[in-house]
Amino acid sequence: MLTFVLRRLLTTIPVMIFVALFVFSLLYLAPGDPAALIAGDQATPEQIEAMRRSLGLDQPFLVRFWNWSWQVVQGDLGTSIFSNLPVTTLIAQRLEPTLSLMLLTVALSVLIAVPMGVLAGARQGGWIDRAVMAMAVMGFSVPVFVIGYLLAYVFSVRLNLLPVQGYTPLAEGFRPFLANLILPAVALSGVYIALIARITRTAMIDVLSQDYIRTARAKGLGTMQVLFLHALKNAAVPIVTVIGVGIALLIGGAVVTETVFAIPGIGRLVVDAILRRDYPVIQGVILMFSLTYVLINLLIDLSYTILDPRVRY
Amino acid sequence: MKWKSRVFGPVLAAGLVFSLSPALAETVLRVKPSGDVKVLDPTIAADSIARNFGYMIYDTLFAVDESLTVQPQMVESWSTSEDGKLWTFTLREGLAFSDGAPVTSADVIASLERWAKADAMGQALSARGAVWTQVDDRTFTLGLDRPWGLVLEALGKPGAPVPFILPARVIAAAAADQPVTDQTGSGPFVFVKEAWIPGSKLVFTKNPNYVPRAEPASGLAGGKVAKVDRVEWLILPDQQTALDALKQGELDIAEDIPTDLIPLAQMSPDVVISNQDEIGVAQQMRLNSLVPPFDNPKVRQAALLATNPQDYLDAMASGDDSLAKICRSFYVCSSPVYTEAGFPAPDLEQAKALLQEAGYDGTPVVILNAAENAQINPASLVAEQQLEAVGFTVDVQAMDWATVVTRRTSKEPVSNGGWSIFISGPGGLDFMVPNSHLGLRSNCEGAWFGWPCDATIETLREAYGEAPDLTARQQIAEEVQAKALETVPYVPLIVQYQIRAARSDLQGILATPAPVYWNIGRE
Repeated sequence: MLTFVLRRLLTTIPVMIFVALFVFSLLYLAPGDPAALIAGDQATPEQIEAMRRSLGLDQPFLVRFWNWSWQVVQGDLGTSIFSNLPVTTLIAQRLEPTLSLMLLTVALSVLIAVPMGVLAGARQGGWIDRAVMAMAVMGFSVPVFVIGYLLAYVFSVRLNLLPVQGYTPLAEGFRPFLANLILPAVALSGVYIALIARITRTAMIDVLSQDYIRTARAKGLGTMQVLFLHALKNAAVPIVTVIGVGIALLIGGAVVTETVFAIPGIGRLVVDAILRRDYPVIQGVILMFSLTYVLINLLIDLSYTILDPRVRY
Repeated sequence: MKWKSRVFGPVLAAGLVFSLSPALAETVLRVKPSGDVKVLDPTIAADSIARNFGYMIYDTLFAVDESLTVQPQMVESWSTSEDGKLWTFTLREGLAFSDGAPVTSADVIASLERWAKADAMGQALSARGAVWTQVDDRTFTLGLDRPWGLVLEALGKPGAPVPFILPARVIAAAAADQPVTDQTGSGPFVFVKEAWIPGSKLVFTKNPNYVPRAEPASGLAGGKVAKVDRVEWLILPDQQTALDALKQGELDIAEDIPTDLIPLAQMSPDVVISNQDEIGVAQQMRLNSLVPPFDNPKVRQAALLATNPQDYLDAMASGDDSLAKICRSFYVCSSPVYTEAGFPAPDLEQAKALLQEAGYDGTPVVILNAAENAQINPASLVAEQQLEAVGFTVDVQAMDWATVVTRRTSKEPVSNGGWSIFISGPGGLDFMVPNSHLGLRSNCEGAWFGWPCDATIETLREAYGEAPDLTARQQIAEEVQAKALETVPYVPLIVQYQIRAARSDLQGILATPAPVYWNIGRE
């Protein structure tokens, strides 16, 4: 097991090097120039060129890549061209809102979608199954921003129950923290509820046809015990995989929700950086995303050994 | 009944819990600016948002009042020698930076020398041999090798980059061409850098060391009295969310709301709509005079004749002439030298004839279209249609604004990544008078993108600064326009107003060329 973990961690190194080189090259080739944006609308080409020189953007590709890579190896993701703040500081500022939104969304999604999927699987073809699948189709089909606007209109503008926008750090109180996050989390969870519910249903249908389920029922166990203790545990591997993938997708996928509800998260940080060509921020955030994806995948793989004793590394 | 209370009881309880969102403190003003501050240095980043940031925390020697007349601000008194070559200025007593250090002549000189490198009017001063000399801590002089009638206009200019006064030590600590890293200023507010979340929030508090002038606030001049303890700039990327937040009282002012949301804003009794200023932004079609097809003046004239501004007004401002105006001039409508002299009405037949006369060979007109921009995208499409109608071959290339600002620096032909047109709306302040006119500058390499080159216009622009009175200036402005109608450095489209939505209980919002947040309080 330990060997497996170490081997997997070692394989992240070439992955990260490839990601770094790929992102750096892509940004180098992409049109756009932060110097022109900083210099403003009135700047002459000479002023823009002077700005490029002072930012080091006139350096050859290899020199710039080497300088940046050397910084990254030392744990320094660089400094934003615009705000002049370290990229690590910018990420740290945005981490809490994004993590909070992500965790609340995952919690909501799992708490709602798993029971829905279990019931739909247990009542395959019945009205519960059809209702759950209809809701899943709706969850997939309605864009997050539409749900977001509707929720904000109903609960904020009409009922005046929750704030329209913004984020309050947890340190300033749990109530305002939750008040700011509940609508974005509900809006964002729609698609994940749909995804997890469908996978749970499929996995349950497969498991419920197994002999050991018939045996459990023959022993006289109640329906709930059979479904949630015996069947769900054995259907868990694909469900956990989807939840893990969902978490990974959420890291960058929350950008629309963050925009609609004005949450200062990492999604908005990277989108703003792309629009401005703030290269160090884009590179730093994508590296962080990549590392998180790799680690989440590793955790998912490790969870299989707990959920399924047959799996050994 | 029991089931209802079971179901709705927790829902209502949760509602009550969540409705206890933080109350707005009386002394906090929450503002959605028209964009984010990209760089915290209004001299290096010469855009309107950085300028607005500058007005919060820095002060100026002079400033324009609501009638755009230059008034003293940090300056107590000034005089000029008989030959007009030596100016002497004395600072007001008691001026101090937010850290308590006094504002001295040395700070002023360091700031103005730095500004003069970045600004066209500053460069005009330098071209007249400007030498700044410190006499004592409060007095300094400006020596010129020939008189210039626009010294005060230059020092009080509200267009970016504004000659803000920064501490000399902060300027000395910054590398050349690099933004300053310390935002200490002597303006009415202090920037709280620790609370700054780039792309999300900027916080300003009242400057305890600020000494406002005794006169009432007027435009950017007069007493800048901070009537709230704290101003927060919230960067809300979604306009609908901003409007909802404004209606709910989570926001006090939303700058530059889009045209299509104005009717929604007007439906709320708690929201008041107004023009941010009467100058507006000069929407225009900038032509690249360097490369074909617009390297031929006749082709540029054809583009001018092909343009019907009414279509742009319809596309960009829903046809509502309270939101935008057609100014048949190279000057914005509110210019003191506004003239329609010689400006032609749209004439498609004449445009076609000019194109034929110019021997237009079908070289594509490449329009750089910042497609994510709600103004530029429709304007680019209107331009395509109007130009095609007279026989141009048009290639509209969609991209983001960051790509536009890079592509427009290219002097290559269109077949090699160059460009012919980009649509832009710089502040109307830079389109008021010939000498500081961004679009009419025709000094070739030194001109704005498109690089028009015309010695006559340059001579006239120079003469404008030395004209003795408004009549003479008006005459020069008309001569500049007559020449510009031959060279056509750009095609004026419309002057569009920036619309502000504010809570109805706010008082003291000033009509200024740049949005400012002193003098504002609640009923």
